[in-house]
Amino acid sequence: MNGALLEVRDLSVVFDGYRALAGVDLTVQPGELRFLIGPNGAGKTTLVDAITGLTRPAGGTVRFEGRDLAGRAEHEIVRLGVGRTFQTSVVFEGLTVVENLDLAASFRRPLWALVRRRRGVSDQVAGALEIIGLAELADRPAGVLSHGQRQWLEIGMLIVQAPRLLLLDEPVAGMSAAERERTGELLTRIAADHTVIVIEHDMEFLRRYASAVTVLHEGRVLVEGPVDQVRDDPRVQEVYLGRPREGAAGGATGGPVAAVTAAAAPPGGGGTE
Amino acid sequence: MTATTPQTPATPATAPRFAAPPPAPPWWARLGGPAAFTAVALLALVAAPLLLEPFRLNLLAKYLCYAIVGLGIGLAWGQGGMLVIGQGVFFGLGGYAMGMYLKLHEAGGDLPDFMVWSGVERLPALWAPFASPAFSLVFAVAGPMALAGLLGTLVFRRRVRGAYFAILTQALAAATVILLVGRQGLTGGTNGLTNFFELFGQDLAADGTQRGLYLVVAVVLGVLYLGARQLLRSRFGRLLIAVRDGEDRVRFLGYDPATVKTLTFAVSAGMAGLAGALFVPVVGIISPALLGVVPSLELVVAVAVGGRFSLAGAILGAVVMGQARTTFSEQFADGWLYLQGALFIVVMTLAPRGLAGLAGTAREMWSSRRARA
Ligand SMILES: Nc1ncnc2c1ncn2[C@@H]1O[C@H](COP(=O)(O)OP(=O)(O)O)[C@@H](O)[C@H]1O
Ligand SMILES: [Mg+2]
Repeated sequence: MNGALLEVRDLSVVFDGYRALAGVDLTVQPGELRFLIGPNGAGKTTLVDAITGLTRPAGGTVRFEGRDLAGRAEHEIVRLGVGRTFQTSVVFEGLTVVENLDLAASFRRPLWALVRRRRGVSDQVAGALEIIGLAELADRPAGVLSHGQRQWLEIGMLIVQAPRLLLLDEPVAGMSAAERERTGELLTRIAADHTVIVIEHDMEFLRRYASAVTVLHEGRVLVEGPVDQVRDDPRVQEVYLGRPREGAAGGATGGPVAAVTAAAAPPGGGGTE
Repeated sequence: MTATTPQTPATPATAPRFAAPPPAPPWWARLGGPAAFTAVALLALVAAPLLLEPFRLNLLAKYLCYAIVGLGIGLAWGQGGMLVIGQGVFFGLGGYAMGMYLKLHEAGGDLPDFMVWSGVERLPALWAPFASPAFSLVFAVAGPMALAGLLGTLVFRRRVRGAYFAILTQALAAATVILLVGRQGLTGGTNGLTNFFELFGQDLAADGTQRGLYLVVAVVLGVLYLGARQLLRSRFGRLLIAVRDGEDRVRFLGYDPATVKTLTFAVSAGMAGLAGALFVPVVGIISPALLGVVPSLELVVAVAVGGRFSLAGAILGAVVMGQARTTFSEQFADGWLYLQGALFIVVMTLAPRGLAGLAGTAREMWSSRRARA
């Protein structure tokens, strides 16, 4: 497809003989907000790892703005404009909130310019502090932040880098209902002027914020399409529930949602190592 | 859970857990740093030369040379997370550069004495540039920096880190000793380079010269300390801490941790080299025994004892352990090694922030008592 921002073709990743990705195709157009779902172990994090250079694919290609990403180091891919967060958030606990953001914002400065001391807070960083709602905590060490606040800080660290593609790995996992609400708003706001891929388990969250969804299952793309259509697809129901869903479509509350949320087992794996 | 419509999102219900900004430190706490620095500087530059007898002042100068190496270790290990247990290599490189200059100066156009004894007939080409004091001094710093830069580029790019990196630096120290001992005619072998009498026309044995040397060492240490502090407060310093705490995450901020680590390693090597160059006229000798595995490890222990996360702690550790070594090793040489090992384990497990950490805790307790009073 022409003009696509991200084009993943026939991507496969093998861990010790186990095919975590078995020929994934994914195309994302500029400006899209794409949700990537699938049961635990489907290969969602592995896909993000392979796109961002953390994991070497066994086959297939990843093209970003037409450029092949194969063989590039992580930091080079970031410099091309691909930013990501991690399932278990990793902010620098020894640095303050504002220092975390400032460090992220300075990544295009030449190294010698970093030897100068930071004076004040740049507009960019101040803006991000406002958007993620951590302005009050700007000078506190990131180590004191709650789980939700860390995720927001990570998202803020992405925003200040002005990436052309954002990959968010389960941003609401482990969050309280209120924190999910906040994150949803944040996501809506970011998606207005960014291309975003969000990995998410939670059907309720998906129903509220997703439009286009790609379902991954056992290392392959199972279904792709608008959220309603995907939700009602019998194959998706079977993957999530282990049996075809009885009853009519729509009103996705109650049983199915509870079951889907239960499938979202505790976050883990796919960290930085 | 019943969902509200996305068009009317609820107000953020999560109030930040720590809404209040931290209280500003009182004015006297902010003065603490500069005041303490000034006090220590006055003590070192005025009181020590006036009060200490020449023998003691010379010992202190030696400890301060070690403190310069310690400062570099504090930077690389404490701030950058690179356990450098072979700094003796860089110290030695600086020391030998200075020693070669002094030897050539002493020989006055002839061959240095030890070469004559080992039957060397012509000055080796390697030695020739060290007839120039300027070249020797520049090499003492630039040589170690270049070597560390090369090593860092090779090693950090391959993502070698942690214990593997540490062992590598130590292996380098061991190999250097073997090389030095083996090439008797070129290096003076086990004896190293010694018998120096003059530095820039000054009698090295004179009290005045030694006092001057002490002042130079103290000033160099002070300047390097201030420089390192500035570096840590800069964005580069923040980046260094970020690399220490999450190297993999740093990559996803678009930085290459290998570059950050290589640069820092090179700076710490340059400090060790300069310390070596200063050490030679102060102590009067440079030999393989002064730069091998054991002295390299001793300095790491000293930095751990002083407090590796604090630059001042690293300096303090080097001076305290230098004095302790002088006191104890005269009486029971072997016991001193075991004592150091034990001390290292105790510090790393019970007080990982070392003496500086204990001092910090004491200060906090004192100020919180004051605040309550
Ligand atoms: N580094 C790894 N080594 C071996 N197996 C891995 C590794 N990372 C992931 N896997 C395996 O690959 C599969 C996909 O994992 P992952 O991409 O983390 O799933 P998801 O994010 O969809 O829950 C899982 O079966 C997981 O156990
Ligand atoms: Mg995952």
